[in-house]
Order: sequence, then structure tokens, then C-alpha cells
Amino acid sequence: MSALLVGPRVKPSVSARRTSWLPTFLLLLGAVYCLIPVLWVVMAATKSRSELFSTFTFLPGNGLWTNLSELTAYRDGVYWLWMLNSGLYAGVGALLSAAVSALSGYALAKYSFPGRGVIFTVILAGVLMPPIALAVPQYLLLAKVDLAGSYWSVLLPSILSPYGIYLARVYAAAAVPDEVLEAARVDGARDLRLFTSIAFPMMRPGLVTVFLFQFVAIWNNFLLPYVMLADDETFPVTVGLYSLLQQGASKPALYTLVITGALLSIIPLIALFLGLQRYWRVDLLTGAVKS
Amino acid sequence: MASTWTDRRLAPYGFLAPAIVLFGLFFALPIGYALHLSLHSVQVKGLGLGRNAREEVWVGLDNFITALSDPELLAGAGRVLRYGAMLVPAMLGLALLFALLLDLPRTRFRAFSRLAIFLPYAVPGIIASLLWGFLYLPSVSPGYFLLRAVGWSGPDLLQGDWLFLALTNIAVWGGTGFNMIVIYTSLRAIPPELYESARLDGCTETQIALRIKIPLIMPSLVLTFFFSTIATLQVFAEPMTLRPLTNSLSSTWSPYMKVYRDAFIQGGMHSAAATAVVIAVVTLVLSFGFLKVVNRRTAERTP
Repeated sequence: MSALLVGPRVKPSVSARRTSWLPTFLLLLGAVYCLIPVLWVVMAATKSRSELFSTFTFLPGNGLWTNLSELTAYRDGVYWLWMLNSGLYAGVGALLSAAVSALSGYALAKYSFPGRGVIFTVILAGVLMPPIALAVPQYLLLAKVDLAGSYWSVLLPSILSPYGIYLARVYAAAAVPDEVLEAARVDGARDLRLFTSIAFPMMRPGLVTVFLFQFVAIWNNFLLPYVMLADDETFPVTVGLYSLLQQGASKPALYTLVITGALLSIIPLIALFLGLQRYWRVDLLTGAVKS
Repeated sequence: MASTWTDRRLAPYGFLAPAIVLFGLFFALPIGYALHLSLHSVQVKGLGLGRNAREEVWVGLDNFITALSDPELLAGAGRVLRYGAMLVPAMLGLALLFALLLDLPRTRFRAFSRLAIFLPYAVPGIIASLLWGFLYLPSVSPGYFLLRAVGWSGPDLLQGDWLFLALTNIAVWGGTGFNMIVIYTSLRAIPPELYESARLDGCTETQIALRIKIPLIMPSLVLTFFFSTIATLQVFAEPMTLRPLTNSLSSTWSPYMKVYRDAFIQGGMHSAAATAVVIAVVTLVLSFGFLKVVNRRTAERTP
């Protein structure tokens, strides 16, 4: 198993002790490039309005608390509602997505039945559908049943994840041995019970990975909620900050709010990311699983 | 025993039922509806007053003809191609370089660099564009601050040709880490014995990378190329975010933005649906064409 962020392979050879400085330097250069905007937003969020436009931008200012309280006061705390909404869309959506992926992946990996190939191919081809070609008709259809603009309009279309089903299938095939299922079947276990008490626990690490990828996908999504939602109390934080920036174009006073909001909005994902490092298994994406 | 057998035959369909229902409601039905819309239009009868004054009529391929002959759509497609031609090689080139560097035995601070380069994956495209957008603004950017300190003025990154560079940079920043990890993962799956002997024979690490590693990880390079290209064609959030900061981004800069504008700002659902269908067809044709070429290549190599 090669988790994403575990330490490098240990090679106890003599030559390994000498450092190659050029590769090290190039990688650090890449790291600095990737950290610059993050460091900048951390610094900029501490600046007051006047400091933002006057002081060197990598030095901290003294406006952090003012910015935080102004952001909290903005339209009765709508920013925190956006964060909650994002958490709700991504959390509930990814949970349901992992559940649907688990059921489908297990069925596709462990049963052979007429239509298996067709179902799998059709669902996977869903990846190729451009999101805009789905979002516009989804909006119109949901409007017909009075759901456009509701929480459901963002939640429901986010549940089915072709990637999730693909990952769950690959993982079930590798992690759930046929012999164990057969033995339980001989003991009289029915199909649903086989899944809930045998396959599901074995698939759990893979399902956490499915959950995380889908959580990030929904949290980062802009197009779908932007198309579906009109009332800013239902916005996720991406759409909320975008609407704030649009108003800020005419009022640079709002810049400090946008910047502080941007900083706060990336903290949950970075925390999720550092906290659950061993579950970010990109190797699953390329289909390389060793059981 | 008989009931178990039936169970076993029906069970997979039961497990798949939620996915099939969701696919039907949120993929198949919308696609069908988009096709329906693209072939129809709204006609106003009489004075356009009263309940049945607006009627949906069959117009055949009219919407498609209008969509395809709209110079703004073609110009948008051209802009996105130009953007993609800059983005995909730069992003995947960097991702491959970083992955190969991470795979070298004597590189230091690998865990830190890998984490830092992967970090932007956790930042939504909207937020990434927002951060870079501010870094492009002369009044708040540290880059311009330094330039002014030495008496220079930088270029306006949000105008003209610079705008392509500005947008490309945002996507390179956001996407390099993820692709690096995908490539790095497949590098680590290569058994080290394969290049131990090359190393003993005195091959340099560069030669090993070019002659052994890159050919072996070709499948994941193809995969990352394929998905990056598709993602490029769908560019929407980045130019939408930069729009409030500049006047050189039109509301139809990319084909996606044009579909959004046609549908929700101009209220032309039927023509927007036709444009969306065109985008979908182009994506599918490119995808299947690409996959076919790749499969043929693979088949030729492994007889």
C-alpha cells in the first residue's frame, strides 16, 4: 500500500547519504511557488483596509480581529452560513456518495450477472459528460418540480459519482476475498447480510478514500451551485465569496472581507487533508491495488 | 435453497438500484431533455398574451446552425484551445519533472516538498483564482511592490496576451500537485531492480529517467493528459472569478461561459441547450478518438 503522503522509500545504501542538491533545490522552488498565494492570504488577512493597499504584502498587519468581526457582522453572519452550507453539501453528499458507490462497486466486483458490463460502461461514460451540459437541463427539470434553488438541487445531483463507483469496484475486487463470501453463504447468510457484515467492513478504508475525494469535489464545485441557487442563504462558500467579490469590484472596501473569507474557507480542507493523510490514496485512481 | 438462488440472481440489481435511479434522474433524463430543448424553440402566438400564447415548436437543426455559425462560440473555442495549449504541457511537464525528482534516491526534504506542491488541490478553483487575482493587482501584489521599489512598473497581467498567462498560471498552480502524485505513485510501483543494474553500469539518473522510467509510466502519463485536456475544455470558474477585476474578459470568454450567459442571463434555454449539446458531442468525439488511438498504439506494442 502506498499512501499519498507517507515517507519516501528507505534505501540504506552508501550513495543515499550524499544529497543531490539540484533536485532538492528544484523541488523546494516548486514548494515555494505553491505556498506563495497561501502565505500571501495569511498575511493579507491580518491587514486593515488601509494597510492592504499601502504596506508590503508579505508583512503582517494589525487588522485580523477587525477583519474577522467585520466578516462575521457582514449581513448578519451570512459568511458562516456559507461555510455551514459547504460542510452540509460536501459532508452529506460525500457520505451518500460513498454509500451508493459501496453498494454498486460491491455488486459490480462480486457478482456476475447479465448487463454488468453495460451498466459499468454507461456509468463510467458519465465522467465524460461536460458538467454544463448536465447542469442546465438539471436546473430546468428541478425547476419543474419546484426544487431548483433548494438544498436538494445541489445535494441530489452530487450523489452519483462515476469515479466513486469505479474506485469502490476496484477496491472491493482486491479487498474482499471470494472464499470468505462463499463460506458465509454456506453458513446461510443472505446477500444483504453478506454485504453489511462482511464486505462493507473490509471495504471501509477504500470507502473513506471515496468519501474524501467526493468531499473535495463537492466542496470545490462552483458551476453546479452557481447554476442552481439564487438565494444567498443557501450558497456554499465558493459561490458566496464569488458574489462578495462581484460586489467588491465596485467597493474595494469589501476586499478585506473577501481575503479574510478566502483564508478561512481553505482551512477546513487543509485540516481534513493533513488529518487523514493515509486515506488519500491516489494509487486507487490508477487502478493499482495490492491486496 | 431456491429462494437463495433467486436472491443471488436479483441481489446485484438491488445493490445497483440506487445508482441506476440516480443515473436515470440526474444523467440520462437531463441529457434527453437537453437534446429535446436543442431541437425545439419557443414561438409566440398572436400578441403573446394569455396562457397558451407561448408554444414550443420543433425547429429541427436550426438551433445547431445558429450555434455553430455564431462567431463568438468559435472565438471562445479558439481562446480555450490557446489556453489549453499553454496549460496542459506546462502543468504535466512540471508534474512529471517533480515526480521524477521525488523518485531520486538522494533528494532531501521530499515529504515537505510533496505536501506543499500537493496543497493547492485542497483550494477550490474559485479561491485559487481569487488569491492569484489579488496577486495580479498592482495595488496589492508583492511582485509589483518590489518592481516599484526598484523603479519599474510591471505589465498589466489582466490585459491582452498576459491574460492567457495569468489564467494558465492559476490552473498550473492548482493542478500540478495532483498530477504529480498520480505520476509519482506509478513511479513507485516500478520494481527498483529494473534500474539497479543500469545504475551499476554507470547510467546517469537522467538516462534512467528518460530510457526506463518514462516509458514504463506511459499509461499514467496518457491518463493525466486525457483528463487534463477534458478539464481544460471545461474552464469556467477561473475566468468567471477574474472578470470583476478586469474589463478584458467578456461574458462569453469560454464556451461554458457562453452557455451560462445564453441560458440564465439572456433566457435562451433552447439555444443554450444546443450549444451545450455541441460541447458534449465535441468532448465525446475527442475522448473516444483519443482512446481509440491509444488502444491501437497499445495493441501494436503488445502483440
